[in-house]
Amino acid sequence: MKLVYFIEIQMKVLVAVKRVVDYKVQIRVKSDNSGVETQNVKMSVNPPDENAIEEAVKLKEQGIATETIAISIGEEKCQDVLRTSMAMGIDRSILVKSQNSLEPLAVAKTLKKIIEKEKPDLVLMGKQAIDDDSNQTGQILSALLNWPQGCFISSLKIEDKKVLISREVDEGIEKLETSLPAVLTCDLRLNTPRFASLPNIMKAKKKPLEAIEIETLDIDIEPKIKTLKVIDPPTRKAGVMVKDVKELVQKLKNEAKVI
Amino acid sequence: MAVLVIAEHDNQVLKTSTLNTITAAQKINNEVHLIILGKDIQTLSDTSKSIHLLSKVLKCDNEKLENFLPEILAPIIAKTALSYSHVIAPASTFGKNLLPRISALLDTTQVSDIIGIENENTFIRPIYAGNAISHVQTNQEINLLTIRPSSFEKCENSGGEATLEEITFIDSEVKTHFVSKEVSKSDRPELGSARIVVSGGRGLENSDNFKLLYDLADKLNAAVGASRAAVDSGYIGNEYQVGQTGKMVAPELYIAVGISGAIQHLAGMKESKVIVAINKDLEAPIFNVADYGLSSDLFQAIPEIIKELDLLNQIDS
Repeated sequence: MKLVYFIEIQMKVLVAVKRVVDYKVQIRVKSDNSGVETQNVKMSVNPPDENAIEEAVKLKEQGIATETIAISIGEEKCQDVLRTSMAMGIDRSILVKSQNSLEPLAVAKTLKKIIEKEKPDLVLMGKQAIDDDSNQTGQILSALLNWPQGCFISSLKIEDKKVLISREVDEGIEKLETSLPAVLTCDLRLNTPRFASLPNIMKAKKKPLEAIEIETLDIDIEPKIKTLKVIDPPTRKAGVMVKDVKELVQKLKNEAKVI
Repeated sequence: MAVLVIAEHDNQVLKTSTLNTITAAQKINNEVHLIILGKDIQTLSDTSKSIHLLSKVLKCDNEKLENFLPEILAPIIAKTALSYSHVIAPASTFGKNLLPRISALLDTTQVSDIIGIENENTFIRPIYAGNAISHVQTNQEINLLTIRPSSFEKCENSGGEATLEEITFIDSEVKTHFVSKEVSKSDRPELGSARIVVSGGRGLENSDNFKLLYDLADKLNAAVGASRAAVDSGYIGNEYQVGQTGKMVAPELYIAVGISGAIQHLAGMKESKVIVAINKDLEAPIFNVADYGLSSDLFQAIPEIIKELDLLNQIDS
């Protein structure tokens, strides 16, 4: 008897998603200066994480990825960003429940634990979260896993196991070639995230969402940085409207003395 | 213990951001060392010895360091970091790409994008695109920091007499290969450190119209910047973007042309000393942060400004 084996090539993509104050919301500093008000404020998927979700869904549509998973770490309510991810086309989700807000190093360690279990071939996330603007997690994760790192990417091409990326850097665009598995962080210009349609929002409610308590992962999540206070930024004095170009140039020369 | 600054450079000259970072380092400790990793950097290392505030330059010269892949740089710096209390890099795409890898290797939490230093373990950093300012304290064995270059003056690059020390290259197996870098060539000043910045937004309507802005910039010896909307629309390259996810600038004069002023853009320029806004929409939020606002059609205003500047120059000369 002759046996024919079909080897299906698996390519799993994991997308890390953070729940943040919506980018359109006017930020309010708490009156006790302990932080920024997040209660009763519209929360959304961190914008560049949406680009990561979109890219993962596109890879699946192109037949390159075989499974897409979204992961979020935080309070129970982070379910909503995972449901949004699944409404955009992600197959299933993992919520790592944590009451405390974690530093990037702790987030990366948590992701590493999940990655060791799920064994994805590619990890995508936004290049920074628009709340604490740290821009660290992807880089730390890549080092912890000893995987290639591609940060601030604005284009991605996967051919066989070859990964071609364009990175947005201060001088322009840097192109790199690397291999899977890899950690890539996404710039807003990578793609245009789709809107979730109503039928897809309904479907997403039935997609699997697994919850894990962070304590069961046995990692050090103690913060190493203490926030002493959070204050409002200095406000600029209201300026003046000038009536024409002549007045503008005169003021810049004689009043502001900058030209 | 001394403070270690990671040099940002192109294998030939230091970027201005390195000089800003050295100034920040000096606020923590008087003894500042500079680590330069790159390819064929003998000349660069020799000239760096004369930077005013430095006492030592550490050099690691290897062809594998040519393109600054963080996978290769991080282990070398992490090993060197063990004898320092603080390791600082500029919060440029170079520093942002590199320092968190060192944070992973040293199991240390990094403080990103610092705009003020209160003392050796208390730092000020913006969060939420600068809509809140956080004062944080860290007292780890090694403190990793990135600083916002535009928040610190650049230090003198002469008058110093630092010693030079070679450090050993550590080879790492790396699966990433550098393919190319598309760098826009320009004779204008660097956006991050220019005295004057002229920025354009969606109001410019297309890339051809940006020429108007270049003419104005050249008149003022200014750098050119852009809003995210202008970059997204393809009017100009990503390296010109000013804002939360682009570059942070704080020039003496910032001229925003046809920019509405989304908070993500304001995050990148509201520390400028003098802000001028030119926009035909009187309701544009950019006017709320502008010292001088001109509600006018930019296609008329810009040529007029250029004419006025020419007149001024004639009077001066």
